[in-house]
Amino acid sequence: MRRVTAAAIELAMALALLAVWWIWSAGSDSFYFPPLPDILATFGDTWVFARAGSDVVPSLARLTAGFSIAVVIGIGGGILLGGSRTARGAVGPIVEFLRAIPPPALIPAGIVALGIGDVMKVFIIAMACIWPILLNAIDGVAGVETTLVETARSYGIRRRDRLRFVILPAALPQIFAGMRISLSVAIIVMVVSEMVASSNGIGFFILQSQRSFAIAEMWSGILLLGLLGYALNRGLTRIERRMLHWHRATRSSALART
Amino acid sequence: MSLLEVHELSKVYGEGAAATPAISELTFAVEEREFVCVIGPSGCGKTTLLRCVAGLLAPTAGSVVLRGKRVARPPDEMALVFQEYNRSLFPWMTARQNVAFPLRRKRLGKQGAARAETALDEVGLGRFVDHYPWQLSGGMQQRVAIARALAYQPSVLLMDEPFASVDAQTRADLEDLILQLRQRFGVTVVFVTHDIDEAVYLGDRIVVLTRAPGRIRETVLVGLPEPRDQIETKALAEFTRLRTHVNRVIKQEAARQPASPDAQGS
Repeated sequence: MRRVTAAAIELAMALALLAVWWIWSAGSDSFYFPPLPDILATFGDTWVFARAGSDVVPSLARLTAGFSIAVVIGIGGGILLGGSRTARGAVGPIVEFLRAIPPPALIPAGIVALGIGDVMKVFIIAMACIWPILLNAIDGVAGVETTLVETARSYGIRRRDRLRFVILPAALPQIFAGMRISLSVAIIVMVVSEMVASSNGIGFFILQSQRSFAIAEMWSGILLLGLLGYALNRGLTRIERRMLHWHRATRSSALART
Repeated sequence: MSLLEVHELSKVYGEGAAATPAISELTFAVEEREFVCVIGPSGCGKTTLLRCVAGLLAPTAGSVVLRGKRVARPPDEMALVFQEYNRSLFPWMTARQNVAFPLRRKRLGKQGAARAETALDEVGLGRFVDHYPWQLSGGMQQRVAIARALAYQPSVLLMDEPFASVDAQTRADLEDLILQLRQRFGVTVVFVTHDIDEAVYLGDRIVVLTRAPGRIRETVLVGLPEPRDQIETKALAEFTRLRTHVNRVIKQEAARQPASPDAQGS
């Protein structure tokens, strides 16, 4: 019941904000801030589903590919590096350095090396997304309770099974924290890479609309990005909740006991 | 030949000037079906000893021999129950999964799950097989850990202060559970504790360690009648005598000057 109420309040707030925007922009004859109904009408014409295939699908495909590569490398690297203090010490500064480079700065280099195609964009998105996942995975793996690992060892669980059934699940809460950060970074980098060098995609569409003075189209693209980001985040959170139900429960029952 | 032989076992942590000896030339043997309690002043290396025996920690010198075979890594005839049940159960697994997980090594397939359920039944958790650790009280979590050790069907059960973090009533229940299971399955137990009453109540024999670096100070035979009972056994004059004796030895040990300044801690 409380969940329903919370959802209703959430929806009501969003509708209220839209209503304010609607009323405020209703009489607008500003070229740059068209009335909301115009934007919504354009939104419908553009995205449902005229340009869904030509722009949304390529964008999402790049995002998914880049993010997935980052997840695989980040978790794999985290397990490799997190288990050894020496490896962590050796690689730590390098990772921190690479992480400090703003990902969009790599786009010019990426264009030179990989051209302006999808490979370059996927590469840039993956490069940007790896670091939060990798660092969190390293931390998570390094912080796994020794007693858990020793329990598995004392029962003769093989190394591979220990990694898969003990260390990976124990590090998963941290890994998900990294993935959440990476997901928002992924969307940013996707849009920037499409604005700099592309012939399709949502980022390309927004910039193209602005340059051809299709201002309502431009706003509709921005609106779409917001909705996509929100939906993706919700999706990830939902997966996290399902996979980590034990983590939330363990933490709250530990809190209840103290 | 004894079931388990610990021969001149030493463990030194660190090297050079920072070297800290934890246990030193410990020698004792455990017979089949025996219940041996290891006790000593705090920081005397009890846990180090148990980890070496379990094959989790490589000793600096000496050896642990189980059925004539030297222990170099955790043998599949041993199971270890830790003190911190809340850190040794896998929080993402149900009670049944926790108990069945170590059975992977034994390749039992479906039988594994059945054996896990039987073991949980033995410790009185038959109704809680699908509960997660966070849904169980501390005492129940430790019962799951005991069931896990039991399902593994070890010939030697190692326990590292297993009841140190549960309340007194639960502790008494768990002590009796262990005695009962040991009776039923004839398992050999090495039980580390810092609680003198517990050592006297449970053990056939008590190994009293010196302060760090731990050596054997004395071995006390406990001739209390079986089956033991929380009230009757503890009311016996012999119980009091043994308890006082062990207490005195440990107190003397704790008050003794350390052998050398670098011999403290473990």
